Amino acid sequence: MRKLLFGNLMRLPLTEPAPLPSDAAMEELANAVDTASRRRLGRSLSIRAVDAGSCNGCELEMQALNNPFYDIERFGIRFVASPRHADVLLVTGPVTKNMREALERTYNATPAPKWVVALGGCARDGGCFAGSYAVVGGVSKVVPVDLHIPGCPPSPTDILRGLLALLERASMGGRAS
Amino acid sequence: MSTLSYILEKGRSVPHHAPWPRAIADADLWTSAMRALSEGGLVLLGLWGEGSAVHMALLDEPAGTIGALSLEGLDSAGYPSVAQSHPPALRLERAIRDLTGLEPQDLPDSRPWLDHGRWDLRHPLGERGSALPEVSPYAFLRAEGEGVHQIPVGPVHAGIIEPGHFRFTANGETVVRLEERLGYVHKGTEALMAGADLSRGAQLAGRVSGDSTVSYAYAFAQAVEAAVGLVVPPRAIWLRALMAELERLANHVGDIGAICNDAAFPLMLAHCGVLRERVLRASNAAFGHRLMRDRIVPGGVASDLNDDGAAGLRSLLAEIRRRFPPLVELYDNTTSLQDRTVGTGRLRAELAREYGAGGYVGRASGRGFDARQVLRYPPYDSLAFDVPVLNDGDVNARVWIRIREVEQSLSLVEQILDHLPIGPIFNAIPTVDDRREGIALVEGFRGDILVWLRLAPGGRIDRCHLRDPSWFQWPLLEAAIEGNIVADFPLCNKSFNCSYSGHDL
Ligand code: SF4
Repeated sequence: MRKLLFGNLMRLPLTEPAPLPSDAAMEELANAVDTASRRRLGRSLSIRAVDAGSCNGCELEMQALNNPFYDIERFGIRFVASPRHADVLLVTGPVTKNMREALERTYNATPAPKWVVALGGCARDGGCFAGSYAVVGGVSKVVPVDLHIPGCPPSPTDILRGLLALLERASMGGRAS
Repeated sequence: MSTLSYILEKGRSVPHHAPWPRAIADADLWTSAMRALSEGGLVLLGLWGEGSAVHMALLDEPAGTIGALSLEGLDSAGYPSVAQSHPPALRLERAIRDLTGLEPQDLPDSRPWLDHGRWDLRHPLGERGSALPEVSPYAFLRAEGEGVHQIPVGPVHAGIIEPGHFRFTANGETVVRLEERLGYVHKGTEALMAGADLSRGAQLAGRVSGDSTVSYAYAFAQAVEAAVGLVVPPRAIWLRALMAELERLANHVGDIGAICNDAAFPLMLAHCGVLRERVLRASNAAFGHRLMRDRIVPGGVASDLNDDGAAGLRSLLAEIRRRFPPLVELYDNTTSLQDRTVGTGRLRAELAREYGAGGYVGRASGRGFDARQVLRYPPYDSLAFDVPVLNDGDVNARVWIRIREVEQSLSLVEQILDHLPIGPIFNAIPTVDDRREGIALVEGFRGDILVWLRLAPGGRIDRCHLRDPSWFQWPLLEAAIEGNIVADFPLCNKSFNCSYSGHDL
């Protein structure tokens, strides 16, 4: 164990930019997110993830944002355990009827100013579950949505790009409900 | 003659049900199947309903065969509840009741399961009726005693995880009872399947559970191909297994890290998270999607592997082989970690057997069933691999099973890359002008996934049932947590890692 821990102290971080030329875009994105979040938020943006009926694919990619490659915390962006700590609700899924109330209550428990980001195709309009008796179909049918990040699921890079757009828009005085 | 074939032969055999038979039973035969289940002679693989019929899928483990038994032409009297003599059927029958309105006679627990009273209708898969005007609050089981208190958790949880509700009854720190309430992510997938064409069916099947998107598409495709009698090109068969093993690798390494993280050892999460990301990136390079979604389709696969993709997978193998063993050593030699995982969340072997627990949950509690090995579907019939089995049944055993399975998957990926046949990757689905039925059991990372479907003349889906391994694992989590402290729940839960979406459907 010592060896591994020691190795960790001495080794360069794995965090992107990794030494691959194709990841330059990722680094550029990282810098942009960093600048935007710093400017807007003084280095802190707290996200509460709400699964409102997802297949769990979107969650997997959201979780990946915490791995050492993306290391989203370096931008001051954190996933938090309670809506009361959150600035952003990152909502996935076609909003099942069985989750509708839980989503509303989570939204109401989030202090203003707050933003809602609908993540993935399902969260936009129900995706391939649209029309089912069991889903409402799209987050905006339940709570106001500020931004939609498309994909099925969106990759971690797509999610970062989306959050950057949110930060940029917010710093230009965009709507925050 | 094996128990299963004996039972199926006494029923009326259904034409065009492949590759295993389905038989229509009378009440007596249904009851004798129930007896075989409760006596342990057969394993329940699935139980589902439609209109006026209920079907059960059965596994004869010693004989290595599966089959289906049905009761048809049911009326308002319903059918004899399987759960009254075989508890693993309980939630399935509660779900059947919600979805079809078919009444299991003498069902030991008649509370609704998937229907929370929030749909505009009742019995979406049966004779549809209008929703009840009022919903009574869900009656959690009572636990009484001095100092006993309840802790409600969810449906929205603290982490980035799926929604469900847990009701703990605790005495001090010790959990006396855990009761799960699920159904929050019910999307009505099976109703959407009805009438869908095969490509939409495949799309929906691949979205039942995000972490098993390959395995679901795999099982769905196999069921369709069995129904229409289509032979898939060899290369596609091998590529499917390649994707399935990559999916298993990604989930296992990710979860090993996450389990350790729940035992307050985040270093493992960081390292395992890197390995998981590597698998996803290599999969993306090889097949064009990180989770390989929509890559397996009825008839074959949707994207071929080129030399660059194969080279990427080979260097992935090399990297995991270099980096994984020191992590295993770290896990094995860290006493603070072992202190949390050894002896925690113990699942007894008898329960695992009774519930036919699949995947690492079963295999850590002495049940060595693996669909890849028992049913030997190609290409696994020409690949060499072991199915690890342990008997301790604790969190530690479930971690070790996963470690061993990572090693097995690495070897399988390598064997597949070495022997991948060349040739086409897709055969068109022939049109059939009669009713066809197919069944498939595919080993996902979490356990065996069952897909049963019936195609209407012309090839559209008439009815499709998809059964997640979690159906039989969730109840076992309730049993395994008993007597543990509340703080060890995340650890137990993560070591099971049951699917919510796959279960709720
Ligand atoms: S958008 Fe795709 S990945 Fe996300 S929840 Fe929907 S089906 Fe799953």
